[in-house]
Amino acid sequence: MSEPVKTGQPLSATQTLIDTSAAPKRGLPRWLRGNDAIIFAVLIVVILVASISVKNFASTLTVGFLLIQIVPIILIAMPMALVIISGEIDLSVASTAGLTSAVMGVLWRDSGMDIWVVMALCLLVGVAAGAFNGFLITTLGLPSLAVTIGTLALYRGLALVVIGDGKVSNFPAELTALSTAKIGTTGIPVVMILVLVVIAFFAVLLHFTPFGRGLYALGFSKEAATFVGIRVGHAKFWLFVATGVVSSLVGVFWTLRFASAGPDNATGIELSVIAAVLLGGVSIFGGKGSIPGVVAGVLLIGTLTYALRLAKVPETTLVIVTGALLVISVVAPSLTGWIRERIRLTRVRREVQRLSTSGQTSA
Amino acid sequence: MTTTTVQSEKPGPAAHDKRNPVAAFFRQREIPVAAALVALVLITFAINPLFLSPQSVKDLLLNATIMIILAVGQALVIITRNVDLSIGSIVGLVAFGTGSLFNIAPGMPIPLVFLIGIVFGGLLGAVNGLLVTLAKVPALVITLGTMYIYRGILSTWAGSKQYFSGDNPKEFGNLSVDTFFGFPIITIMAVVVVVIVAIVLGLRRGGRDLYAIGSDPDAAKLFGIPTGRRVMAAFIACGALTGLAGILYASRYNSVGALTGSGLELDVVAAVVVGGVAIFGGSGTVVGAAIGAVLLSTITSSLTATRVDKFWQQAIVGVLILAAIVIDRVVSIRNTRKLRVSEARDV
Repeated sequence: MSEPVKTGQPLSATQTLIDTSAAPKRGLPRWLRGNDAIIFAVLIVVILVASISVKNFASTLTVGFLLIQIVPIILIAMPMALVIISGEIDLSVASTAGLTSAVMGVLWRDSGMDIWVVMALCLLVGVAAGAFNGFLITTLGLPSLAVTIGTLALYRGLALVVIGDGKVSNFPAELTALSTAKIGTTGIPVVMILVLVVIAFFAVLLHFTPFGRGLYALGFSKEAATFVGIRVGHAKFWLFVATGVVSSLVGVFWTLRFASAGPDNATGIELSVIAAVLLGGVSIFGGKGSIPGVVAGVLLIGTLTYALRLAKVPETTLVIVTGALLVISVVAPSLTGWIRERIRLTRVRREVQRLSTSGQTSA
Repeated sequence: MTTTTVQSEKPGPAAHDKRNPVAAFFRQREIPVAAALVALVLITFAINPLFLSPQSVKDLLLNATIMIILAVGQALVIITRNVDLSIGSIVGLVAFGTGSLFNIAPGMPIPLVFLIGIVFGGLLGAVNGLLVTLAKVPALVITLGTMYIYRGILSTWAGSKQYFSGDNPKEFGNLSVDTFFGFPIITIMAVVVVVIVAIVLGLRRGGRDLYAIGSDPDAAKLFGIPTGRRVMAAFIACGALTGLAGILYASRYNSVGALTGSGLELDVVAAVVVGGVAIFGGSGTVVGAAIGAVLLSTITSSLTATRVDKFWQQAIVGVLILAAIVIDRVVSIRNTRKLRVSEARDV
C-alpha cells in the first residue's frame, strides 16, 4: 500500500487499478477469500458445532433426513440462481410445481397411461409454464417480478381447476418407495443422484460455457451485453424454460415423496428458494454469484434448521433464524464495503495531508 | 439550446391534456381498472340481481376495506421503486397485538388502541425502511427477511393461542358491522385514508418526490431530493397503514392467531399492480391501487354470485394481473412514442 505514495500521486486512477489488480497475488489464494468461501466456512462451523453439541446429529440418519428435506429447494435453486444472476426473478416456481402435481394426479387417475409416460408429460407442463413466462418477459418486455406474481396466481389457480380440491394418492408403491430410498447403508437418498446431475448441469452451464458467462454480462448491463453480441431475449427465454422444467421435476418428486397429488403441493417454497439463493451470495441486482455458493447456501439453511430442530428449538424460532440469516447475508457485504471505503478514505486523506505538509516544507 | 429544450418540455403532454380534457380523462391509468370493475359489477348484477342488494353491497365493501388500506400503503412503497413483502406479517402482529391488548386491559378506549396499533405498525415499517435506506440493499430482499422475522416473532408470541372476536369489547367488534347511511364505518375510514394519501401524494412536495425517486433514484438524488428520508417515510407510512389494517382485521374477523395475515403480501402487490401502479416505480396513484383492491376482492364475490366454479377464481385473478401488466406496458409505449413525436415537433 505504501508503494504508490512514493511517486507523490496517490490519487491517480491507474495506480488504484494497479493496486487492486496486484492484491490477489498476496495472501490467500483467490478461491479461499471470496464470498463462497465464507459461506462454506460458516457451513462447516455449523456442522462441527452441531455434531459436538447436538445429540444424535452426527449420524447417517441425519444425512438422510437432512438431504431429502432440501431436495426441492436445492433443485429449484439451481436455475433460479441463473435467472437472478441474469437480473430477473421467477416467483412462479412453486405454483408450477403445484400445477405439475395436479396434472400428474389427474393423468394417473383418469388416463390409464403408464406412470413413466405420465411423468414425461408432466415435465412438458414445466416447459409450457416456463415458456409462457419467458414469452411475456422477453417478447413483450414485461418486468419479470410482476409477470411471475401473475403466473404465481395463474398456475396455482390452474392447479385447482385441474384437480379441484381432491387428492390422488394411489401411485405405484415401488416409485414412492424409490423417492425416499437410501443408497445402501450410507443414508444418502437415491434421489441425490438426480440432484447431483442437475447441480453439475447448471454449474457447467454457468461457469464453463459462453452462454453462462454471458449471463453475468447480462446481469450487469443488458445494453452492454447486447452490444457484445449476447442474444439477451434468447438467453432469458431459455432460462425461464429451465426454471419451469426443474420446478415440474420438483412437482413430480413432491407428489411421489408424499404419495399425494393435490393443488396445494409445494405452496410457498418460492420464497425459501430465493432466500437460499441470496444467502448463497447471488446478488439480487444480477451479475454476481456462483453455483457452489448457492449449494452451500441451501445446505447452510438446511443444516441449521435441522440441527436446531433436533436440539428442540421451537419451529417458530427457526423462521426467525431464516429471516435473520437472509438480512445479515445482504446487509453484511454492504456494511463491510462501507467500512472498507471509510478506512480507504481516511488513509487517502492522511496521505494527502502528509504529502501536502511535506510539500510545504520542501518549498 | 438549453432554453429551447426546457420550453419544449412544457407544451408536451400537459398542453395536450388542456386541449382536450375529456380525452385526457380517459387516458388516466385508473380508467381501465375502473371500467373492468364497473363491467364486472354490471354483468354479475345482470346474471344475479341479488348481487346488488343492500346486504350484499355491504359485504362487498367490508371485504374490500382491509385490502384497500393495505394497497394504499403498498402503493406508496412501490411508487418509490421498492416493495414491502412483510405486510402480511405486520397485519398478523398488529391484529394479535390488538387481541392481547383487549385481553390485558378490557376497558381500554378504542381510539387509544388504534393509536397503539398504528404506531406499532409504523415502527415495524421503520425497521424495513432503515435497513433498506442504510444498507442500500433492495427492499425485496430485506422485506423478505423481515417477513420471516416478524412472522417468527408472532409465532413465538402467540404460540397456539388465539383471540376470538368474543373476547374483544362489543363496541370494537361493532365497528365492522355498524353502518352510516348504508356504508360500513370502516369502509368510510378506508375512503378517508385513500383521499388523504391521494392528496399528499398528488399535491404535496414530499409526495411528488416519491415519483421522482421511483422513476430515477440517481437523478432524484442529484436534483437534491432527500431520497433516503423520503423512502424511509414511505416505509413508515406503509407500516402505519398496515397497522391500521391489522386492527380492522381484528375487528372484522372471527379469530386472530399465529397465522393471521400470512400470504397477504402477494395479493396486495397484485392489487396494486392491477390498479395501474408500475412495479418498477415512478407512476400510478393510490386511487388506482384502491380500485385494484376492490376489483380483486369483488371478483371472488361475483364468481360466487354467478355460480362460476370456485376453482376458477385464482386462475382468473392471475389472468387479471397479467392483463393489467400488459395494458400498462402498451399504454407506456404509446405515451413514450407520443412524447417523442411532440418533442420532435417542438424542436
